[in-house]
Amino acid sequence: MANRLQPVFPEQDTEHFWEGAKQGELRYQQCNACDTVVFTPRAHCTACGSDDLAWKVSAGAGEVYTYSVVRQNRSPAFADLGAYAVAYIDLDEGFRMMSGIVGVGDPTQEVRIGMRVQVEFEPQESGEYPIPVFRPV
Amino acid sequence: MAQEREAAIVGIHEWPKRVDRSVSALQIKARSIARALDDAGLSWGDVDGLYDAGEGAGGGGLGLAAYLGIKPRVIDTTSVGGTSYEFHAAHAMRDIAAGRCNVAVLSYGSKAATERIPIGTGGPRAAGGSWQANMENPYGSTLIANYAMVAHRHMHEYGTTTEQLAEISVATRAHAMRNPDAVQAMNDLQFADVREISVEDVLESRIVADPLHLLECCMVSDGGGALVIASKDVARGTKKKPVWLLGSGEATKYRENGGDITTSAAAQSGPEAFAQAGVTPDEIDVAMIYDSFTITVAVMLEDLGFCKKGEAGEYVSGGRMRWDHADGPALNTDGGGLSSNHPGMRGLFLLLESARQLRGESTSQVEGARLAVAHGNGGLLGGTHCGGTVIMAAD
Repeated sequence: MANRLQPVFPEQDTEHFWEGAKQGELRYQQCNACDTVVFTPRAHCTACGSDDLAWKVSAGAGEVYTYSVVRQNRSPAFADLGAYAVAYIDLDEGFRMMSGIVGVGDPTQEVRIGMRVQVEFEPQESGEYPIPVFRPV
Repeated sequence: MAQEREAAIVGIHEWPKRVDRSVSALQIKARSIARALDDAGLSWGDVDGLYDAGEGAGGGGLGLAAYLGIKPRVIDTTSVGGTSYEFHAAHAMRDIAAGRCNVAVLSYGSKAATERIPIGTGGPRAAGGSWQANMENPYGSTLIANYAMVAHRHMHEYGTTTEQLAEISVATRAHAMRNPDAVQAMNDLQFADVREISVEDVLESRIVADPLHLLECCMVSDGGGALVIASKDVARGTKKKPVWLLGSGEATKYRENGGDITTSAAAQSGPEAFAQAGVTPDEIDVAMIYDSFTITVAVMLEDLGFCKKGEAGEYVSGGRMRWDHADGPALNTDGGGLSSNHPGMRGLFLLLESARQLRGESTSQVEGARLAVAHGNGGLLGGTHCGGTVIMAAD
């Protein structure tokens, strides 16, 4: 079972996002004043400064904007993983999110920019928050 | 706009050793300041402006003046990662032009090699939550992987190849082999081969984070140095020829929904600096561009206007960036972060080597060098970063 680093709280901007992850929801925000999609989460709109933001739930579908396969990471939480893919995912609702790509045999060969992916919530060996990662569809 | 020559680099010192167990980072800063002042023919008591990024456990604006034993009229503690020093130079230029100070010092010290700090591959640590860390730490993206994501997108959009990017490593290694301090650095840091390298050598080195190979990544060294910037009145009486600061630009960039990861903060800071200086990229003899990785240089050559977006791969091919190539500009003639030194925040060295070139003191001296640009990058190229551009001219 995966054992990724967990988010650390208290942290007021990202708390609601991670509560969503516990419920299998990929949450993002949209400004009620100017409709701008806001991500990563915060308490104000990055386009107009309004604090009137609505929480929404993404369908979790998107594509790989770019990625790298990490072959060396000296952090103990990742040192034993072998090669693994990190990526920026462009979700269909219009936000870009850093995440990991799972469900590929050899990430150095099987991840492509533009590849369609779907979110899933990966349970963790220790820690209460499942981590949203993406799998090719 | 006419060039205004209000402030100049008048004293420089680069700490020669890249592995140095005998000194602290703070001692590197203080002793480098003393040597840079000596290089200028100025004294400790002349300093009235202190610019500091807060690294080296010096205590920043609150502590460093006390440690040094000076009482400056201007204290600027801008801290924007590796390009803090371009920002400091820009601010010193403004402060001097405004009459707020006359002799400004910038300093840097780091023990990243002896303290074995894994800058590029340390990855996220479990630490206190922040709005960014909580959204990124679970994915294990290292600093190198962040830059590698820029490289992948650049390759995807423009067809850039590793063979092309490798030319940047090849040129800077050629420069390093001409710089005795860089050769000593590579020996002290136990590089496998201390020699000139080929494109094939780069391709055959192991991949650290796809698509970046080991020989596309900067070293981790100790080091530091200092820079003295003075008003034109002071500069008239210093020992060496002044190196004039003509223009500067500052910018930041970060992950944005729908944004273009292949364009950096340099696309904003570069044009501002060139406009203020009243020069164009094709006039530049020496380009000191923060070579944390090959892709960093490629993106910044484009953003600074040396070539169009997407064309850096072709631009750097055929050894164009070498000090003795007719077309120029010469890139990172000290050997760069790739092959001379990278203690974590390389921005100061970009200014130091620019000054050496414009004084005629480089180990890979560009004949008749008149204009140099230093562009630093702090933070993560594919994430939150700052870019600082400084244009300099020979006396």
